[in-house]
Amino acid sequence: MLMTISLLMENKAGAMMRVTGLLTQRGYNIESLTVARTLDPTLSRMTIGVDVDPKLRAQVIKQMNKLINVLQATDLTETPAVMRELVLLRVRSAMEHRTAILKEAEIFGARVVDSSVEGFALEVTGESEKLDEFVSVMESYGEIDVTRSGTVAVSLEQKKLRLSPPVSRTVVPAEPVSAEGR
Amino acid sequence: MDDCNEEGELAAMSNLMSGARILLECLARENVEVIFGYPGGVTLPLYDALYEHPIRHVLVRHEENASFAASGYARASGRVGVCCATSGPGATNLTTGLVDAMMDSIPVVAITGQVTSKMIGSDAFQEADTFGIMRPATKHNYLVRDVNDVARVVHEAFYIASTGRPGPVLVDITKDALQGQAHYTPVHEIHLPGYKVVTDGHAGQIRRAAQMMWEAQRPMVYAGGGIIHSGAHDELRELVELIDCPAVCTLMGLGGLPGSHPNFVSLPGMHGSYAANMGLTECDLIIALGVRFDDRVTGRLSAFAPHAKVIHVDIDPAEIGKNRAADLPIVGDLKRVIAKLIKILKELQPQAAEQSAAARQEWWRRVHGWQEEHPLEPVFGTDEIKPQQLMYEINRISDGKAIVSSDVGQHQMWAAQFIRFDAPRLWINSGGLGSMGFGLPGAVGAQMANPEATVFAIAGDGGFQMSVPELATLVNYGLPVKVIVMNNGYLGMVRQWQELFYNNRLCAVELSAFPNVELLAAAYGMKGRIVRTPAELRSALQEAMDEPGPYLMDVRVSQYENVYPMVPAGAAINEMVLAPPQPVPVGKQ
Repeated sequence: MLMTISLLMENKAGAMMRVTGLLTQRGYNIESLTVARTLDPTLSRMTIGVDVDPKLRAQVIKQMNKLINVLQATDLTETPAVMRELVLLRVRSAMEHRTAILKEAEIFGARVVDSSVEGFALEVTGESEKLDEFVSVMESYGEIDVTRSGTVAVSLEQKKLRLSPPVSRTVVPAEPVSAEGR
Repeated sequence: MDDCNEEGELAAMSNLMSGARILLECLARENVEVIFGYPGGVTLPLYDALYEHPIRHVLVRHEENASFAASGYARASGRVGVCCATSGPGATNLTTGLVDAMMDSIPVVAITGQVTSKMIGSDAFQEADTFGIMRPATKHNYLVRDVNDVARVVHEAFYIASTGRPGPVLVDITKDALQGQAHYTPVHEIHLPGYKVVTDGHAGQIRRAAQMMWEAQRPMVYAGGGIIHSGAHDELRELVELIDCPAVCTLMGLGGLPGSHPNFVSLPGMHGSYAANMGLTECDLIIALGVRFDDRVTGRLSAFAPHAKVIHVDIDPAEIGKNRAADLPIVGDLKRVIAKLIKILKELQPQAAEQSAAARQEWWRRVHGWQEEHPLEPVFGTDEIKPQQLMYEINRISDGKAIVSSDVGQHQMWAAQFIRFDAPRLWINSGGLGSMGFGLPGAVGAQMANPEATVFAIAGDGGFQMSVPELATLVNYGLPVKVIVMNNGYLGMVRQWQELFYNNRLCAVELSAFPNVELLAAAYGMKGRIVRTPAELRSALQEAMDEPGPYLMDVRVSQYENVYPMVPAGAAINEMVLAPPQPVPVGKQ
């Protein structure tokens, strides 16, 4: 079953590798993954779609939260959340279908981002299932090229971000460094 | 820098240090006494700084053994073990020891050199993607390219390695970061906003747990490595005595409760005692303390402890409910949680204990019955030495007080069954990963941590040969480790499985051409002896004990002895094979 995870993490080299590595290491296949900086440029927000047995969802979240670069991992699968995906699609089609394509595009709320004698480039956002339909409709008009962004999600619930405060370390006074030690 | 503030400038100038010096300064501040390492090209600046630094460096003979020795040191002392290797092959050779430390939750900090930052990604000489390789091998790892990051990262590494659920942390430092100069300012604060450690258990949960403990009719404590890591052995003992229930300690938890304690019913699981496995199967409450319901303990998980409710206490929330659902989870540090539990148990005692008193008595009668029915008893030979007999004699001479660093295989199981540990941190072994070759370097680390202690390294004739060059380390540093090779001429555990589950088709398990250890020991400059008969075993061990330096002993034991009880893979733990089913013809078919 597809699980949607929203991650807030430090924007550090290798942080993404830790997240994807963790999933691969534990035998899960990543279906989609998006990541970008947040308003705070030191942090990134990641949305992951991953195939996980529902019984193991809590375990995956716990493992994610153990990663030191991860500030918060949230399971959005069954909580109120808005999920959207972007599709960029190029359709090559004969002249007689152009009007029909534009009509279909309008139905799905798609925008034309490029138009040429060969066809259109269209842009549409929506829920993934809706986009599947859009893609198959467009396919009926001719050859298509599709790029999908993967789902991005935002939780509709307020979840408090719990961060660890700085810890003061009892540092021992440095021993005088001498050459006699050896 | 303010021009007119000459004094401040001078002070800052005097603080200018190389990255390598800063690194050593940080290690000293973390109370590091010894580094187990092996130098190489890009760590030259570090070794140059080490030349005039009081921290000791133990030159092992293979980097893998540096990571094992650091782990042995940490296991025996409870402090962070430190190992060091150069880039490329040096770093990759550390991997097994770090994964091993990861599996057993051992605090280790590994320092590796990396090629200069400008060379990274150019497939330079001895370049390897250490950062990428070590991601799943460590609790956390770093790549440091800037000398200004060295101090912060090293202190963070120690903090992460030693707090929460301990584990290995690797710091990969480029050569230019080691060589570069920076002003060293001590780090007094660690800020890791995403690193959460819960130490105090939930008070309400602890109270409920205490109630469950008194109400249970057939409670059983299942204690693991977490007891050792947390230093909760005294608390465990008090808890077990207070509620007076039987307790098992896992392979990682041996010594958590003294081996001579009357409530101790040995280790559970694949080669656990009959009483331990029957107890877990029949109990109505498992008090799981610092354990992870490992497959080697539970056998077939769906059949494990079918009548039991589970109280699971662990510092790692991800362990709770991972394999077995917990009826009552408590996340926290065991030492604190058990101390609170004891307090509340005492408060509740007058009312709660009486109701279940009769049932408890009956429970103990059953546990004692299982113990008497199939005790863990050594087998003695008259013509040939039985491996159990070897462990029995080691136990006799160590009297629960010696450190035993074990390798992996049959001897490890017999050692765990027959050697008693009356204190924590005496039993040192590779539990989770099961890394052959661990025994001898593990003993190097343990002996460095406890120069006065008697340290045995017990290995099979297979594992011994995986780390044999460390004999040189023993001699080099005068470490009086007693190396006991339990020599049955086979990779015994694999042979046992081939015999029992592969129709005795013995393939690639015969270890011929084992070296003559008397000559081998002499070649390394230490004492060595081959022991062939039961009659000479006791005196040979005494001779090893009396020898002030290291000692290598090859004990020839029966070739075809199997470890029992045994829970076959996929079976429930009460489905033990207690003895060989029938005499099996031996040899290749």
